[in-house]
Amino acid sequence: MDGMINPGTEDFLGTPLSDVTIPEAGVANLSRRGLFGVGAGALLLGVMVKARPARAQGEGLAAAAPRPGTQVAAFLEFHPDGKVRLLSPFVEGGQGIATAMAQIVGEELDVDPAQFIVDCAPPGADYLVVNGRRLTGGSLSVRSSYATMRQLGATARNLIVRAAAARLDVPEAELTTEPGKVVHKASSRTVPYAELVEAALKLQPSEVAALRDPATFRWIGKPVPRIDIRDKSTGRAQYAIDLQVENMLQGAVTHAPRLGQEPGALANEAEVRAMPGVHSVHKLPGAVAVLADRWWRARKAVEALQVTWADAPNPNALPADFSSAGMLATLRAEKGAGAPAEENGDLAAAFAGAAKTIEAEYDAPYIAHAQLEPPSAAARFNVDGTLDLWVPNQAPEMFQATAARMAGLEPGKVKVHSPILGGFFGRHFLYEAAAPYPQAIALAKAVNRPVKVLWTREEEFLRDGYRPMGFVRFKGAVGADGMPVALQAAAIGEGPIGRYFTQSQPVDSSMVEGIAGKPYAIAAKRVDCVKVKQPTIISFWRSVGHSMNDFFYESFLDELATAGGKDPFEMRLAMLGDKPRQATLLREVAALSGGWKRGPFEVDGIRRARGVAMASPFGSEVATIAEVSITGGEIRVHDLWIAIDPGRAVNPAIIEAQVQSAAAIGLSSSLLEEITYDAGVPQQRNYDTYPILPLARMPRIHVKVVESGAALGGVGEPGVPGVPPAVANAVAALTGQRIRSLPLSKARLGSS
Amino acid sequence: MLELSINGQTRQVDAEGDTPLLWVLRDNLGMTGTKYGCGIAQCGACTVLVDGTATRACVTPAESVVGAKVVTIEAVERDPVGAKVVEAWVSRQVAQCGYCQSGQVMAATALLQQTPKPTDEDIAGAMTNLCRCGTYNAIAAAVRQAATA
Repeated sequence: MDGMINPGTEDFLGTPLSDVTIPEAGVANLSRRGLFGVGAGALLLGVMVKARPARAQGEGLAAAAPRPGTQVAAFLEFHPDGKVRLLSPFVEGGQGIATAMAQIVGEELDVDPAQFIVDCAPPGADYLVVNGRRLTGGSLSVRSSYATMRQLGATARNLIVRAAAARLDVPEAELTTEPGKVVHKASSRTVPYAELVEAALKLQPSEVAALRDPATFRWIGKPVPRIDIRDKSTGRAQYAIDLQVENMLQGAVTHAPRLGQEPGALANEAEVRAMPGVHSVHKLPGAVAVLADRWWRARKAVEALQVTWADAPNPNALPADFSSAGMLATLRAEKGAGAPAEENGDLAAAFAGAAKTIEAEYDAPYIAHAQLEPPSAAARFNVDGTLDLWVPNQAPEMFQATAARMAGLEPGKVKVHSPILGGFFGRHFLYEAAAPYPQAIALAKAVNRPVKVLWTREEEFLRDGYRPMGFVRFKGAVGADGMPVALQAAAIGEGPIGRYFTQSQPVDSSMVEGIAGKPYAIAAKRVDCVKVKQPTIISFWRSVGHSMNDFFYESFLDELATAGGKDPFEMRLAMLGDKPRQATLLREVAALSGGWKRGPFEVDGIRRARGVAMASPFGSEVATIAEVSITGGEIRVHDLWIAIDPGRAVNPAIIEAQVQSAAAIGLSSSLLEEITYDAGVPQQRNYDTYPILPLARMPRIHVKVVESGAALGGVGEPGVPGVPPAVANAVAALTGQRIRSLPLSKARLGSS
Repeated sequence: MLELSINGQTRQVDAEGDTPLLWVLRDNLGMTGTKYGCGIAQCGACTVLVDGTATRACVTPAESVVGAKVVTIEAVERDPVGAKVVEAWVSRQVAQCGYCQSGQVMAATALLQQTPKPTDEDIAGAMTNLCRCGTYNAIAAAVRQAATA
């Protein structure tokens, strides 16, 4: 086991499909009922990932199927007005991937990114470009598809140039391109791409169409403006919630307060049916629904419905006495050893010889995605036997497969439309009972009309899959010189990778990422994964395990610095002696902040202090410094300095925007966010009881993008994990008070 | 039937009088630029102008705006201040997911109509709409830019 490090979400999602163990049990006999109820989702997510490629390529035809990302006609449409429509493998949800795809394909195709219209592609084998599968997540989009999409653009350009050579009757070598057109300089002739495409697509594509010399890039690596910005500034951008299907009914639902309960008697059903605009009243698995001509009428009616909720036999029902306080107590009481995720050196000897040993326990609450667009879905069964489904999602093939089973159709008969997302942060994967599309399908089938179902914000908070509760127990020691010599950690609980993908494996990588595999030199260390099942629906949340684990680890590292009498910045730097990439980044963030100073110091008569943290999420490296003060017991974060090294930058402006965004959600989770359960029911149902960061609490954020030239790393998530520990470490520097439980606003802080 | 003034046009709407203005706009009139986020006036995604005041349409009964002038994101660029705000939003590349930005643009327009040269405190006080993408620094920068345009 010496030197072993278990991979995190990053490595897992980046793994080729064949290397992943997928649970198969329990899928073959899924009834419609089973799909709607709780219980099957954990398996579905994993199984659908695996089942997809073979089916997509046609049974028995896999060997002959084209490699994903190579068929020009599947990706590109050329319009007479010079616009190019790209069917992107990825869904745009704010992260800027539509613009990045336009940059990458446009660079090689020789079309200005501003000329692109980018839509999320339908399900299909051509789009499985993320290590043989397809998802928008894991901060994987650009780095997994960069080479493929560049080559696609180059292949398309090559075909068009060859078509032009034939049409102009000149040698291919005499032709060049300018954005959107082929140019024959000798005869001063130009031909727009759109006029050549039909002929071009009849040619045999070249497998080795030449790529552009990166030194001549005009768009890749540049701060190209987002292509969706004007529509999003004028209300013209269309989200799932905005869809209107001809002749549709609108559905509103009320869910069982506690997951697993089912609707019993409807005391006033006749009265509700008579309310304005009401079409019909329905019982659904775990919910009731009203269909009406307008959504507000449906909502008023469903909320007027008097429902008796009854316990039902359901293995995954939330226990009636389930509480978050009880869950935390269960995790705290678990003293088992678990399975090692990282192990190095002789831990017992290191502790025995240490000058000082400390122990601490850290925890983080359930938290919600709280994206601004509430979930909706529209379903329409067509006369030709197909089903149109408009559904917010991060994985079209997975949704197609589950929708097909629910509808009783072959997957190919389900046409999944993937609108842009009004925020996602991990919200729109398949989680059991956490999305309205099964309800839309069932209702459309029941009434033989198109149906759109929209959840209220309250229903969304009730049925969101939350980030799991986190709990870690640490023991660490420093030597006579004050430097850390031993570190032991046990991550206790459950993570989404373990639940949905690797149930049979002893280590759940999403439980230990951000604790195992940290870059610091410590002679003896051991990180254990101790699995304790959580009965709630758990989910991926922006930066997954890192979003809390780096808080735990980097906070405890500061505790070790205090124990050893070390400055936390200088101590980290000393522990990165053999890690030049991380050491460079730590120096960069210090320089960005005007030179490291911990404080406390005074600004305008108010005491402030700074904290530092590092993280290695999703293939990128990040170093963060926070400056805080405390007024009236409330933490105020004035500045965040963040240096990120994603290897190379495809769009530095979007990277900076993503780091700003990630820092904001990281700060929001640090300070404010918590879902608590009482009697099996989540207590926070809207933004009044689940506050998220407002503008008035947004700090200045200073971003430095460092291009080390390392392999491309992720961009959307890596800015999150450094913020909570940097803030907590700053608070400790200011007050001497170490907060080990999130959110920080729970702690009683003296004014300083 | 309610008679409403929306973006300078008189519209007849078949809705109960207590229907929130938001749902009259979205469902009766098909104007989906105004967004539903929370339904309890917390997030501001539904912000419209009612007689020039930034108003959360999700808790505003339609009957309460009979006789008032309602302006939505669909018409914001017809207002000179609104047009400046939109240009600043584009120039500063504010939007990410974009879902809250209709409301943000309307809130900024109302602020600048009433306070053409806002201080940072004015901006923090007026721009209370939530953004889960955390575009707040870009929002504040765009408001400042629009104020000087």
